[in-house]
Amino acid sequence: MALTNETIQQKLSEKFGEQLTEWQEPYGMLTFRAPSEMNLKVMQHLYDDMGFRFLTDLTAVHYPHSVNEELCVVYHMHNLVDNVRLRFKVFVPISKPDVFTATQLFSAANWMERETFDNFGVNFVGHPDLRRILNVDDMDYFPMRKEYPMEDPTRTDKDDEMFGRGGTVV
Amino acid sequence: MSEHQHHIQLAEESLAKQTTTLNLGPTHPATHGIFQNILEIDGEKVLSSEQTVGYIHRAFEKIAERRPYYQITPLTDRLNYCSSPINNMGWHMTIEKLLGLKLPKRVDYLRVIIMELARIGDHLICNSVVAVDTGALTGFTYVFQWRELIYEIYEEVCGSRLTTNIGRVGGFERNFSDVAWQKLKKFMDGFPKVMKEFEALLNRNRIFMERCIGAGPINAERALNYGFTGPNLRAAGVDYDVRVAQPYSSYEDFDFTIPVGTTGDVYDRYMVRNDEIWQSYSIIQQAIAKIEEIEKADPAQKNIFYAPEADKFHLPPKEDVYTKMEALIYHFKMIMGEIEAPPGEVYHAVEGGNGELGFYLLSDGGRTPYRLHFRRPCFIYYQAYPEIIKDGLLSDAIITLSSLNVIAGELDG
Repeated sequence: MALTNETIQQKLSEKFGEQLTEWQEPYGMLTFRAPSEMNLKVMQHLYDDMGFRFLTDLTAVHYPHSVNEELCVVYHMHNLVDNVRLRFKVFVPISKPDVFTATQLFSAANWMERETFDNFGVNFVGHPDLRRILNVDDMDYFPMRKEYPMEDPTRTDKDDEMFGRGGTVV
Repeated sequence: MSEHQHHIQLAEESLAKQTTTLNLGPTHPATHGIFQNILEIDGEKVLSSEQTVGYIHRAFEKIAERRPYYQITPLTDRLNYCSSPINNMGWHMTIEKLLGLKLPKRVDYLRVIIMELARIGDHLICNSVVAVDTGALTGFTYVFQWRELIYEIYEEVCGSRLTTNIGRVGGFERNFSDVAWQKLKKFMDGFPKVMKEFEALLNRNRIFMERCIGAGPINAERALNYGFTGPNLRAAGVDYDVRVAQPYSSYEDFDFTIPVGTTGDVYDRYMVRNDEIWQSYSIIQQAIAKIEEIEKADPAQKNIFYAPEADKFHLPPKEDVYTKMEALIYHFKMIMGEIEAPPGEVYHAVEGGNGELGFYLLSDGGRTPYRLHFRRPCFIYYQAYPEIIKDGLLSDAIITLSSLNVIAGELDG
């Protein structure tokens, strides 16, 4: 039986129960949230039992205003046989941004995780070689976090208000 | 920033070691772009390699967070600059998906023509450069005249050549001119002959085959695990193509096949790209026929080059801006970036020259993306390079690099 969003949700709910939350289907792609320590278990289950053998994308998003879940790691996975994609997210506090690495399952995750570490400072526990990849090695901050605005904050002519985001970025 | 060390320090036990450390790149003529590989070689055999990337990292994802949507298109140009139109269109389609726009068929087909021309251009560069790296310069000079003609077609449509910024949200900025159609016809008439000549030079060329067959192979399982997409994955035998798996821009209306290889070596990658050029050529033929059909059924369709529902994102014609108040207001609103997009979370993928080019867009309802992530196929598959070239010859490592078609702009984002 081909997988559909409903059957995937059903199967995952049977396996993990209430632990997976925030089920959505934005623009047709099944999206849910998993507890941060569960990311590998969910991924392994998707890989072994549901045919999601392709890691399409791995990245992070910074939400500075959500306390204790500031960083969100987003996984896009693809089942090539049934041709279904899904997306799941884990949230971690910025003070302790620890997420298990997916490199044991997907070699592709190696650089994607390095990029995410480089830009957001997500600490992928168990990664074989967690170094910066795109930015210079001795950079001492994580540039994609929202506290680093693109423009020099002392300039008044480039206030964020002029660019559609009221006030200065926090 | 820590203090840099200026004195030369020899690595530990470097005097005793029996192997050679070779710095391939960052600016080596054979790497066709700025990336570095530090190889450990024993004679001609590659034992291990370490990659350095990021030499032209421009932080597009960060820049995009402060740009209105239409100003992000020029950033996508600079990802895979060998086939910029595909990147541009992929980005427009991402926004259209966010807005829920559906385009008229003619616009979809016009886009298909441009995207397939871009794919032909991209594959021509890759394949002819593989030949150059094996020592056969002639094919390169043959096909480059025709890549030049493809660039002239872009120029007629959008005004620029390499970094095209082609099209707008909802369609094109202007209709195809007569000259554009004439140049397209010239291309369609003349290209097959040259392509056949190119193939005659290389496909069954004994030297080329000996050189490429068995060099830099990767099997299907490893390729999938490494996140390969595009011609490199198909050369390994997996028939995954975004155009078929998740059709966009009316690709479902076209009849074409997905060429696959078996061993995933340099020769298979070369052959897959060659066959894809023919498939793209056939798709363009079909698209032209379909457009003619549409125009024959309804001549008014000739003037359709964008979706009217996209008026919030599509600049009004210049003559209206000078004479009509509403058009002037819209023009200013757009140029000043005051157009807001609805909130939403979109992942849209297109089949780029090198594979699945994905756009993960998170909009919070503002004028700029809250977060935009590019899934850059090169970045993901280039990490397999050390594994592919291990235990092979140095000269195989060079042609493997060019046949993987690693484009520095896409690699470094």
